[in-house]
Amino acid sequence: MSTDTAAAATGSAAAAVRRKPPKSRGVIADGSTRRSRTVRYVLLLLFLLFVLIPVYVVLITSFKTSGDTTAASQWSLPKTWTLDPWRKAWDVLQPYMVRSLSLAIPAAIISSLIGSANGFVLARWRFPGANIVFAFILFGMFIPYQAVMLPLRTTFTTLDVTRGVPTLILAHCIYGIPICTLIFRNYYATIVPNEIIESARVDGAGLVQTYLRIILPLSMSGFVVTLIWQFTSVWNDFLFALFLTQQDNGPVTLGLAALSGGQKVDYAASMAGALITSLPTLIVYIVLGRWFIGGLMAGALKG
Amino acid sequence: MHGRIRTWGPGALVLLPTVLLLGYFVYGLIAWSFNTSLTDRHTARKGPASYVGFENYGHLFGEDRFLNSLKNLGVLTVAFIVGTLIFGLLWALLLEKGVPGESIFRSIYLFPMAISMIASGVVWGWLLNPSQGADARGLNRLFEILHLHFLENPWWTAGSRWTTMASIALPAVWQLSGYIMALFLAGFRGIPPELREAARVDGASEFKLYRHVLFPQLSPIALSALIILGHMSLKLFDLIYAITGPNQFRTEVPAIYMWNTLLRSDMAKSAAIAIVLLAVVAVLVIPYIAYTVRQENEE
Repeated sequence: MSTDTAAAATGSAAAAVRRKPPKSRGVIADGSTRRSRTVRYVLLLLFLLFVLIPVYVVLITSFKTSGDTTAASQWSLPKTWTLDPWRKAWDVLQPYMVRSLSLAIPAAIISSLIGSANGFVLARWRFPGANIVFAFILFGMFIPYQAVMLPLRTTFTTLDVTRGVPTLILAHCIYGIPICTLIFRNYYATIVPNEIIESARVDGAGLVQTYLRIILPLSMSGFVVTLIWQFTSVWNDFLFALFLTQQDNGPVTLGLAALSGGQKVDYAASMAGALITSLPTLIVYIVLGRWFIGGLMAGALKG
Repeated sequence: MHGRIRTWGPGALVLLPTVLLLGYFVYGLIAWSFNTSLTDRHTARKGPASYVGFENYGHLFGEDRFLNSLKNLGVLTVAFIVGTLIFGLLWALLLEKGVPGESIFRSIYLFPMAISMIASGVVWGWLLNPSQGADARGLNRLFEILHLHFLENPWWTAGSRWTTMASIALPAVWQLSGYIMALFLAGFRGIPPELREAARVDGASEFKLYRHVLFPQLSPIALSALIILGHMSLKLFDLIYAITGPNQFRTEVPAIYMWNTLLRSDMAKSAAIAIVLLAVVAVLVIPYIAYTVRQENEE
């Protein structure tokens, strides 16, 4: 098993999580008794509570009137249910949401396309020194962005890229290339049989032809994984947003920070805001959960 | 030679834009930051700056505030890694033999991973309210209701460095334990069933089975998990920003300190902090990358 077992096969790693263990013959066969199963179940339920407590808090608080958030009533259901916090949060966040969408979608698509081409070459069309290039690319995944942030800002100012969405698209595309390259490289290394590439080469197909005719049509699930990965990390990014944009042209993470910061915090509205901000990635997680896990596994080398 | 270039050339050409982009935006800008860190550019004002060598670094390491931020980071990293590994491994152990409703547990344990640290910071800021007793709020209020008074505490606002940074680590543990669970679960499911059978036939107890057969198989995954969590922790910024705000000495880590220094337009000093942060990450990550690439060459 190699170090990046988890990263090795995007699809198959996700499948491994879902794979049911072999059916046990009788209670003893998998080494557990009925009692130990009950204990396991109770523990699992307790941990479920730990994970879900913040969800409960967000939900009840976001439907409360401002007078209803006193110390004593913090954990109780709203006395009167109201949508006002949601309206208030939405009014503030709506322009940020639009900006985040117009940022995350193109950034995810562009870095995925570049990653796919790179990954193909590194996995299937290698040249001498490809490993050094790969390590060179890989390191870009791990750097703390603080180390490049100051000159990055200067560079963008010099390039006269409008601060805001275009700047962020550019930054996320560039710094997203390493992870997309890694995901596609591992994907192509496991999914595409060598014989296909070899026979295409023997038939005289060049790199571009092989990529467009053979590889690209096989890349669908690879793209789903990188698109989800990039969309989620661009959507959730805060650091680039803080360094490279301003309040009035920033993405939704900045909007939420503004909504929830300041001297007097409206807890109901910030909770509603936290939920509104999280909805797109939550929808991705729920609808495309299978590939989401695949993406996480593929990112096992990253974080 | 000509034929070789014809086969290799196109591939190298495809990678060329990436190499140029990363060459500039990763390596070039790191060099730029490093260069700035060697100067006396302590204001936003443009114009010539003179080189002062490693003076900024010397100042940093002689400064209580920076040493405080490094210690905070160390404690945070230990608390975060240990907490996340324990929860992740525990959940994977509980699930790996399969239980009814397994996919529901898995999905719920994993979902915090999809949330931004800013959003989860907003919620955890509410939960980690320091008030206690009659005025208790957040988690402390929950402990009041459950009569678990001994669990009430001021979280990150008072007490030792350990209490403070463990309070910051708690939300991070909440967010990432599910991810580590998924990694370990994939590991467990990837172990051929024959291995377990063979160990049982040989009369190994359940404990020995895990200790001597299953866990050793998971060590590559544990290493990946360690690197991922470690470098995430070193870069942790959003969560602290959202929970305590960026101006808390108690919870300041280098990433936050760098931001605060930048707000005062001290370019050279903030660049120096960033380079120290990079060095710490590099010490962790470069051996790992070298190991990974070498191992793949052998395959």
